[in-house]
Amino acid sequence: MDIVQSQAAPKTRERSPAVVVRRALGTGARYALVIGVALLFLFPWIWLASTSLKAPQQILQIPPRLIPNPVMWINYYYGVTYINFFKYLGNTLIITSAVIIGRLISCSLVAYSLACVQWKGRNILFAIVLATMMLPAQVTMIPIFIIFSRLGWINTFLPLTVPAFFGDAFFIFLLRQFFLTIPKELTDAARLDGANHWNIFSRVVMPLSRPALATVIAFSFIWTFTDFQGPLIYLKDRDLWTLSLGMRGYLQRYGAGGGTAMGAMMAAATLYTLPMIIIFFVAQKTFIQGVVTSGLKG
Amino acid sequence: MTATSKDRQRRWSPTARREFMAGLLFASPYIIGVLVFLAYPMISSLYFSFTRYDIPKTPIFIGLDNYVKLFTDDRFFPKALWNSLYLTIFGIPIQLAFSLFCALLLNMKIKGQAVWRTIYVLPNLMPAVVMAILWNWMFNPRLGLINNVLKIFGIKGPLWFASPEWSKPSMIIMLTWGVGFMIILYLAALQGVPNELYESAEIDGAGNVRKFWSITLPLISPVTLFQLITGIIWSLGFFTQAYLIGGGGTNNPGAPQGSLLFYGLYLYVQAFEYLKMGYASAIAWVLFLISASVTVLILWSSRRWTYYDVV
Repeated sequence: MDIVQSQAAPKTRERSPAVVVRRALGTGARYALVIGVALLFLFPWIWLASTSLKAPQQILQIPPRLIPNPVMWINYYYGVTYINFFKYLGNTLIITSAVIIGRLISCSLVAYSLACVQWKGRNILFAIVLATMMLPAQVTMIPIFIIFSRLGWINTFLPLTVPAFFGDAFFIFLLRQFFLTIPKELTDAARLDGANHWNIFSRVVMPLSRPALATVIAFSFIWTFTDFQGPLIYLKDRDLWTLSLGMRGYLQRYGAGGGTAMGAMMAAATLYTLPMIIIFFVAQKTFIQGVVTSGLKG
Repeated sequence: MTATSKDRQRRWSPTARREFMAGLLFASPYIIGVLVFLAYPMISSLYFSFTRYDIPKTPIFIGLDNYVKLFTDDRFFPKALWNSLYLTIFGIPIQLAFSLFCALLLNMKIKGQAVWRTIYVLPNLMPAVVMAILWNWMFNPRLGLINNVLKIFGIKGPLWFASPEWSKPSMIIMLTWGVGFMIILYLAALQGVPNELYESAEIDGAGNVRKFWSITLPLISPVTLFQLITGIIWSLGFFTQAYLIGGGGTNNPGAPQGSLLFYGLYLYVQAFEYLKMGYASAIAWVLFLISASVTVLILWSSRRWTYYDVV
């Protein structure tokens, strides 16, 4: 707090001691608040990590201890062996990559038609995109399930991946907003040089849109990797489960209390969460930009 | 280019036709997608909602029976509707207010803003399944962290997720912890408020509270509108944590005592546990009508409370 005080003081315009003290108190209160709220946000994470390293008898201890003793690293071994963790991880990654590829291709094409091609009907299509963003997914869930079950696609990854190749309103919107910021002179110059739309799309617009495409990748990853309801409806066969279903497997087998498997369950939960945290740190700017684009300009 | 092609569109000059074909071609994935995954499902679920459709049997037309049954002869449906309204009416304002509060904190002159921002946002990235498992454990009445901390202060904590009275507030606490991206959006909105406005307000002698109500809130109101609508739609369809904590299945879903039987969960149970696709379609259409009318209502009322282009 001393450092803060000495830095805050010179900035004050009036130098009377009373004002200096008041400002310092203000700064102190400010940091106290920020740190207090940060602790509220942090503590569940700490509790997750702490429980994942505790021995069964310590998990049942009252009052609970923060620091595990002994530190049970073996919970992480149990965590990935009680359920078929790596199998589920593999399944989840297959689905997630397919969704990302599908969305990158389809959403950028559609967004290009909305942002860079002057065609009759694009306003209607854009209105549909906006309306779809407001539509609860539950409304179409049942007929889509029936279509996929008629196709014999239950217990395959297809219902979870194929729709991504037909666009997604949110990401089309996001990419359209970005494409509109590309200077028109660039695309016009390319057109004067005789480039057609495909050339402009693939050589001008796409290379300039890496940040927006990164946003599509980052959000698609997070949402698909953690999706629960989709896999729950379509994947009955245990060998096809994703990690979210695998984690539910713990609840089914050991109950909400986790019993003896609590440490293992928390260890698996920690591992499941880790990719999200890594992605966020790698692509923090991308995420924030994406959220801001979707909300502020909408 | 823009003007000329627009003038010529009516006569369908070669340019206009070429542009139309190009536009259609580039948009074709989504046009197919809209037809297959949106238009057809919307229409067929409307049709299914007038049928008895217990898959794998074929649908039988029964008129309005499903809707009549929903509102007169289903003791779970009003409960599910009420639970979701509760989650929305209390949860969304709390989440909006809390995320604005956090954004105001992050917008102050503080060191290490990026670090604090990360800590505030990170819960949003926790998988819903992990969130459900972790908070269920922390809310454990006897062994959980929260009641043991309360005990230090001499408070006997409630049963949280295990009690019908506290299960929904517990859910709201958990979801409020994960507001994350709402904070980011508010923070960006706050940073977009021009400083000159605050400065001229200060010259006029406005205090912090006055500045907040008269400048900050009106100028960020478009973001509030956006978050309100997306938040309500999300909240009405809320499913995953309710399914994992309250339980799905045909036996006592949304326990304790159906207090966690939210709308999305009830829809799931009817469709995928009882396999009553007709009845579930009616539930889905009621959801659609509710969320569409709420959206229209909010958009209509927003003219009175949102401000665009004030500067």
